[in-house]
Amino acid sequence: MGGKGATHNMLQTILVTFKGQGLKCILQRRKQTITKGWKKYGMGYLFLSPFVILLMIFTVIPVIIAIYLSFNYYNMLQPPRWLGLTNYRILFMDDDIFLIAIKNTLFFALIAGPVGYIMSFIMAWVLNRIKLTRVRNIFALGFYAPSITSGIAMSVVWLYFFSGDRYGLINHLLIRMGFITEPILWNMDSDTIMPVVIIISIWMSMGTGFLVFLAGLQNIPKELYDAGAVDGIKNHFQELWYITLPMMKPQLLFGAVDSIVKSFGVFDIAVSVAGMPSPNYAAHTIVAHLYDYAFIRFEMGYAAAVAVVLFMLTFLLGRVVMRVFSSKDMY
Amino acid sequence: MQNAKSKRLRKRFSFGWFMFYTFLTALVAFTSLPLVYMISTAFKPLDELFIYPPRFLVRRPTLQNFIDLLTAVSSSTIPFTRYIFNSLFVTVVVVGGTVIISSLGAFVVAKYKLPGVNWIFGIVIAALMFSTHVTQIPSYMVINKLGLLNTYWALIIPKLAVPYNFFLMKQFCEQMPNELLESARIDGANDWVLFWKIAMPTLTPAWSTLIVFSFISNWNDAFSPLIYITSQAKKTLPLALQTIAGGPGVVARSGAVAAATFITTIPTIVIFIWMQARVLETMAYSGIKA
Repeated sequence: MGGKGATHNMLQTILVTFKGQGLKCILQRRKQTITKGWKKYGMGYLFLSPFVILLMIFTVIPVIIAIYLSFNYYNMLQPPRWLGLTNYRILFMDDDIFLIAIKNTLFFALIAGPVGYIMSFIMAWVLNRIKLTRVRNIFALGFYAPSITSGIAMSVVWLYFFSGDRYGLINHLLIRMGFITEPILWNMDSDTIMPVVIIISIWMSMGTGFLVFLAGLQNIPKELYDAGAVDGIKNHFQELWYITLPMMKPQLLFGAVDSIVKSFGVFDIAVSVAGMPSPNYAAHTIVAHLYDYAFIRFEMGYAAAVAVVLFMLTFLLGRVVMRVFSSKDMY
Repeated sequence: MQNAKSKRLRKRFSFGWFMFYTFLTALVAFTSLPLVYMISTAFKPLDELFIYPPRFLVRRPTLQNFIDLLTAVSSSTIPFTRYIFNSLFVTVVVVGGTVIISSLGAFVVAKYKLPGVNWIFGIVIAALMFSTHVTQIPSYMVINKLGLLNTYWALIIPKLAVPYNFFLMKQFCEQMPNELLESARIDGANDWVLFWKIAMPTLTPAWSTLIVFSFISNWNDAFSPLIYITSQAKKTLPLALQTIAGGPGVVARSGAVAAATFITTIPTIVIFIWMQARVLETMAYSGIKA
């Protein structure tokens, strides 16, 4: 009996100590994983948190509110009234002007977008070849000047060229050379408005993309060019295609997305050239349509619906572009 | 042989380069016309200001416009320097804040394999694509609910987390060689040191460009103060400009307006030149052979 009790006791003691030890082991290991996990991920999330929190509060929540409003009738004086999909139905079925706006915006975006983008890149590439930093700086300032100066100086310059009377430079030259006898009303003739807006916009787009490309071109290690020269790259264009462009994929993607967003969201230039509403709705873009319904007719719900459709369009094209310029396999 | 070849290349290209430089200079002259116009208008005497068609160069430069500006602003209750201070304060805080916050977040998204990070980036890109005209009214609602109306915070806080800046920094961060970070980590650097001592210096062209964009956009922003600020003392420079100008169609103080526009644009040009110098200095990669 004593023996049995003793073994029992011994077993119990062994079990208790072992179990206690085991539990301690398990707890320690749990704590280690948590600490390791925190060490591994925690700083990352900490770094990310200020941006994400502020973004959520000041950008994402307003967007969600706007999407909610697109299903309502809201004129800012009365509380929103639920309409379901009515806004969207009217938008696609009954709104002729919206279709004109889509046509205008697509025409503008498909021309001004890529052309402005390519020109920004070419200018950055060209400027990059200049070795004297002083000269490069001055040229960069000159190219970026349209984005720095205010709208008034810009419109003066453009009126100088495109003014509708005999004094506008282009009219003056065309009359002098005998192409036309009457001055062309550039910003009032519905046929010429869109081309004028496109030209002005391309000229003005040499802003952000250009600077980003310039910065990106600096990032390419010089050794790659030397290695390319050894490998048989003969002229500048081969160098561009085989070395420069692949190395700049991240910046190219940024410029492309920026170009898409800006060209689908064109509004200010069109309005300052052609007025609001433009003659025959020739320069009526999607955002102009949105502005019309939001701030002139005070139908925020409908305007929000327009914004959602525009967002879908931009997002789709953005996804395509991200697929093209993906640099997942590079690093 | 290398010398002869390069000599030949130089000779062959010299006429081409000359034409090229001429074309480039012509193009730059054309694009910098608004800048030239703005600078020359600030120095025009009143009779030259109203010539139609407008001339790009000034015949008899004068400082009268600046004197007019001083007299015009000295008559209002708020000293002009207050507006300059407001603009400077808000812009500097916003620019500094957004560069740091965006870079921190972009660094993580580009280089760390955290779960859910791609979703966050997707949300940032989506936020970029939603037209800002429509989010203005809901933004106003949010800021109103937070009780930030008519404070400096309303001008600062919403501008700190800009998707555009995040996207820019993230693209540049992707290009950083991973070996650089790995070797630093092996040497015992923690994340904070990794970010400040290694990533940020490598990304100098990126955040210099970001500073240029952010500064110009915030300095010239007349819209936020217009809707969020009601007290005169907190308004910023672009709004003050509108007050001096008297609104569309008023020509009374055109000289003062021209001088004020000139003064408003100088800081942006200074920042641009300063930051571009940082971008354009060639970067020597410190010994990472890929």
